[in-house]
Amino acid sequence: MKKRDSAKGARYGMVIDLDRCTGCGTCTIACAAENNVSVLYDESDKTRNINWLKIYMLTNGKAFPHTEVVYLPRPCMQCGNPPCVPVCPATATTNDSDDGIVSQIYTRCIGCRYCMAACPYHARDFNWFDPAFPKGMDRYLSPEVSPRMRGVVEKCSFCHHRLMSAKSKAYFEGRRDLREDEYIPACVEACPTQAITFGDLNNPKHRVSELIKNPSAFRLLERLGTEPKVYYLTTKDWMRRMADNYLQGESKKEGNRPEKKNG
Amino acid sequence: MEPDPKQERKGKRDGWIFFFAGLIGALIVGWIIFPLLLYSERSQPLNFSHVKHGPESSVGLDCEECHFFYEDGTFSGIPGLKKCIECHEDPESLYTDSPEEVKLFTNFIEPLKEIPWLVYSRQPDCVYFPHIAHVKMAETECRVCHGDFATNHTLPVFKVNRLTKYSIDIWGRNIAGYRKNTWDRMKMNDCAACHKQQGKEHNNACLVCHK
Ligand code: SF4
Ligand code: SF4
Repeated sequence: MKKRDSAKGARYGMVIDLDRCTGCGTCTIACAAENNVSVLYDESDKTRNINWLKIYMLTNGKAFPHTEVVYLPRPCMQCGNPPCVPVCPATATTNDSDDGIVSQIYTRCIGCRYCMAACPYHARDFNWFDPAFPKGMDRYLSPEVSPRMRGVVEKCSFCHHRLMSAKSKAYFEGRRDLREDEYIPACVEACPTQAITFGDLNNPKHRVSELIKNPSAFRLLERLGTEPKVYYLTTKDWMRRMADNYLQGESKKEGNRPEKKNG
Repeated sequence: MEPDPKQERKGKRDGWIFFFAGLIGALIVGWIIFPLLLYSERSQPLNFSHVKHGPESSVGLDCEECHFFYEDGTFSGIPGLKKCIECHEDPESLYTDSPEEVKLFTNFIEPLKEIPWLVYSRQPDCVYFPHIAHVKMAETECRVCHGDFATNHTLPVFKVNRLTKYSIDIWGRNIAGYRKNTWDRMKMNDCAACHKQQGKEHNNACLVCHK
């Protein structure tokens, strides 16, 4: 398979400001509605339900009044060096497009779930059941996103269909370049506190390129070398330390700083 | 008793005859009868003539009149009934004496029912195909994928695969997979081959065409 040149084309990424996130969950709902994510008979069954964008609640483990809580929304990181891709025996998930988004082709997936085992972020979900929607909700399904069948894996695509729609619109106007605000995923659009910023990390004019230079910017499990394209911002040091698998006593200064590497 | 060598040779020859008869029979079933059975034929709800409407005709419509792009870059595809009514507005003054025009009024325009066209080129749900990228940006002619529809007096019979429910125009008419014209088949490999030929291999990344 062809490896993509990360410096060429766009490299869409996200910056999530954890200090702004209130954990309200609007982004996950917007995501599920946008992407025709099916509804389980019992959504509280967290071993079976499907969530492209999951919110984790993290606390510093201290007793009141020193307790601090951070809500961490976790989409697919669209890794620049995705561990899920090389393990796929069916080439159903690839990292070959010009926009840096890791694909997941449902009709190609054989459901072996190797990718789920390989993804260090638990960003992938398996369809244990045929897709089902409560009565009336089927009328709100989007024709832009293909439905998944039982037995395949799905994951966040940064609302790739929105990128395609934005491109079509630009073509109509005779442009090939997209403006920063023309393509943003549903979660970014829905967030009431505007905690999520989205754009092309390869484009120095986009706000994300500026935000990731912020010293409080970091990525999850950065030391694995997966080169995630989802960055987080926080001023809480304990949160920063949780973001990577440090050994006890290991200096927090080590690692976990955004490196100037492309992915 | 010793077997008669003459008798034995005859038995062997008979064996070969039966083998070849069986082989030919199987080939006929597999290559001719099965493909015939595999596709059911359906005719369009209305026999639309591109020639009578097209640029060369007395009506003289440009292709883009009906097959146009919306402002968001999506393609109108086969136009809705509204487009027909723009011209065919009065059942009392017909343009032709064609029974199809009467049918258009009685079956569709009067009850205001959309014409359930059968789409020859309908792709599977997992495919995203932007016409604008191909027609406007890459300046591809319609016929490259659709064939010479514009010169059709009658709409071709719609053949649908009984198992997959896809049109034969997707699968290709030739069971051996032989393809003479670009529009003979519309499978993924045909798209990919054309991208490659046009030097746009980067467009063969999965997510470009899949959704
Ligand atoms: S579950 Fe599907 S996408 Fe994941 S590794 Fe297996 S075939 Fe590939
Ligand atoms: S977050 Fe997981 S699923 Fe997404 S690209 Fe990285 S390894 Fe693959």
